[in-house]
Amino acid sequence: MKTICLYFQVHQPWRLKTYRFFNMGKDHNYLDDLTNRAIMQKVARQCYLPMNALLLKLIKENKGKFRCSFSLTGTVVEQFKAYAPEVLNSFKALAETGCVEFLAETYSHSLSSLASKEDFTEQVKLHTAMIKKEFGLKPTAFRNTELIYSDEIGAQVAEMGFKVMLAEGAKHVLGWKSPDFVYTNAIDQKLRLLLRNYKLSDDIAFRFSNQGWSEYPLTADKYASWLAGETGEIINLFMDYETFGEHQKANTGILDFVKALPAAILKNGDMEFETVTKAAEKHQPISVLHCPHVMSWADEERDVTAWLGNELQNEAFSKLYALKDKVKALKNKDFDYVWNFMQTSDHFYYMATKWLSDGDVHSYFNPYGSSYEAFINYMNVLSDFEIEVEKALEAKQSRKKVKTA
Amino acid sequence: MRVLMFGWEFPPHIAGGLGTACYGMTRGLARNGVDVTFVMPRASGDEDQRFVHVVNASDIDAVYSNVDGGLDDLMDKISFIRIDSNIVPYITPEEYREYHDEFVKSGRKVWETHDIWSQRYTFSGKYGANLMEEVARYAIVAAQVARELEGQFDVIHAHDWLTYYAGIAAKRVSGKPLVVHMHATEYDRSGENINTQTYAIERAGMEAADKVIAVSNLTRRIVIERYGIPADKVVTVHNAVRFAEGADSTPEERGVKDKIVTFLGRITYQKGPDYFVEAAAKVLKRVPNVRFVMAGSGDMMNHVIRRVARLGIADRFHFTGFLRGEDVHKMFRLSDVYIMPSVSEPFGISPLEAMRSNVPVIISKQSGVAEVLDYAIKVDYWDVDAMADAIYGLITYPALSHMFAQKGLEEVTGLKWNNAATKIKDIYQEVIDKNQKN
Repeated sequence: MKTICLYFQVHQPWRLKTYRFFNMGKDHNYLDDLTNRAIMQKVARQCYLPMNALLLKLIKENKGKFRCSFSLTGTVVEQFKAYAPEVLNSFKALAETGCVEFLAETYSHSLSSLASKEDFTEQVKLHTAMIKKEFGLKPTAFRNTELIYSDEIGAQVAEMGFKVMLAEGAKHVLGWKSPDFVYTNAIDQKLRLLLRNYKLSDDIAFRFSNQGWSEYPLTADKYASWLAGETGEIINLFMDYETFGEHQKANTGILDFVKALPAAILKNGDMEFETVTKAAEKHQPISVLHCPHVMSWADEERDVTAWLGNELQNEAFSKLYALKDKVKALKNKDFDYVWNFMQTSDHFYYMATKWLSDGDVHSYFNPYGSSYEAFINYMNVLSDFEIEVEKALEAKQSRKKVKTA
Repeated sequence: MRVLMFGWEFPPHIAGGLGTACYGMTRGLARNGVDVTFVMPRASGDEDQRFVHVVNASDIDAVYSNVDGGLDDLMDKISFIRIDSNIVPYITPEEYREYHDEFVKSGRKVWETHDIWSQRYTFSGKYGANLMEEVARYAIVAAQVARELEGQFDVIHAHDWLTYYAGIAAKRVSGKPLVVHMHATEYDRSGENINTQTYAIERAGMEAADKVIAVSNLTRRIVIERYGIPADKVVTVHNAVRFAEGADSTPEERGVKDKIVTFLGRITYQKGPDYFVEAAAKVLKRVPNVRFVMAGSGDMMNHVIRRVARLGIADRFHFTGFLRGEDVHKMFRLSDVYIMPSVSEPFGISPLEAMRSNVPVIISKQSGVAEVLDYAIKVDYWDVDAMADAIYGLITYPALSHMFAQKGLEEVTGLKWNNAATKIKDIYQEVIDKNQKN
């Protein structure tokens, strides 16, 4: 029996408003509320609500045979609560079916795994607590921001108590090996790895509506036959949830494709759907995966240069995490809130200057005119935040002195 | 005495010292009893096919108009004419071509640049396909204007090379003497790699002129040595600064406690922005409580941002982009030190504006303004150690910054456009007399 493992990533960043030098020290509202709300409500209307309703229907119709997994970032859940509470409710309804697994990840969709073990652990803890609170579930599987993975990161994830982790089925790591099997981490072999089959995933996520593609139009039956033709034991289809209705608009027929897919796959008789943790338990790992260098699911290179590839990004990143101890010492919710949304990887993505092979995807997601503008704006906000942190720390210390005196 | 002046629109509409200088000079001349017909380019971009617009003085925005009633008091002395053209100060032939290509690619009838980080350019089919064509087109319309105004002016005055053809054309149709005003030379803008077409126009303008005004002795020397203009034909008239009482006395509410060191200008080779960055990094190694601001935009901006990031000082070095109108004054008021590290600066009005806002200034020795200022710290643009020293001193020793701010204010108060205008008026008289004798 071949296992089909569907996993969807749900994320929205808190976008910053145009924050100028003149705002510094005076204005501490950093977010573009209007844009954040408009985008959230648009995506809710086009993707989250119709897709959740559709998945719920498919789960009920197939009586437990259709299953899938999600991970929701902390920032997207915050935005649901602020702008689209009905979306959060529809995810709760999905959770109650028992056919949907929610994965753990970093709270802010952050790059903390590249900063330090301490930052990483804290972000994961925050996220796990959020999932527990919202859905009453304790995640057993982990997926890192943008599928960022290395042996080291995997070992840290195992140490945090997770049994399964997702990673990219990157060609430069796998070589001749197939992504369609279960692997284990090279340092801690108790951690099982599910690797994304990027070809089959991207057939849906990127190529579905491409009329220049030789396989256009893609039907559920055709796609099911490709899955049946794969030789491995498990096929991992990981993609952004926004693919459905947002990146691929409803008029491309993507929702109809999803509607027809379970039946097309199940009628084969030799394929089943499973959630991430169960899918990983079902199959014996066939090998360890050696990945000494950090990889991700982004761009042609499958590395982290989309976020930390130029001097602007490196500078913003190091200046941000230099604040860590001070923010922590404050133990103040308002500061933690800003600290969290400032860590979101999207801010660094906007600063990318690699516009050659993957420029299209980059500019699609980028609200700034250039990476330089993105950098300036981010640094202005960060500088003001730093000033506020220092002020608050001083106030706290002087209070302490008064007490002890 | 009546002058037909080919100048540039006043701030806040356009950037930089050229518009500011035209504004101060025009007012000064009017006060000296000179009637000014002020002709300037302005892109309408719409389908209005009239080339020439006569404009009411009240429609002219001026940066200080809110302070003392703007031009009201001098209204009867100055009249305005706008010629529909998309030339803007400082634009280079290369930039123009680049933008024009984009306009053609856009397929639109009217196209405007969208970059919020720089000043605006408008293009449409009625403007020239390249800058030289547009400069020539402007000259043709200018000649028409001069013909229609026949008998209403005694002398022609043209500012900067983009209007020199207009000045020459006006001289040909009217037979009146021409004065050209060198606010910058091609060598200032481009170093040694000059654009020969621009150079040729500058030279043609000066050769056709009866008198050449240079904004500093530095510029005068370049004009004589590198353009071969006879020395007795070139006169230096230093720029001045408008001083409106009470304009900047209200201190800006500060958001940050740190000292602020400001660079304000186009971020181009000529202005020496990279020397400022290196000096900033040196200062930050010694004192933590200081921030650096680079206000402006230009072709070296991205390069500078990268350098700042690589030096690891981006949380202390801020960029504001292109500032307009009131924001410029706000920036001055927020500053503790103003720095102009220009590699080559014919004059440089902005330090005077900073001093007027009580801000001590550091200027490069390679600037014309250094000739008229005593209470400014002068360093070689390339000497980043000296620059860092000067910044450190001004932000660390209150006595020093106090002295420079106070004495500087007194000094800059003495630099009046009225005085400069008197000199210009004498030059007009001289060329008019000579013209009548011939």
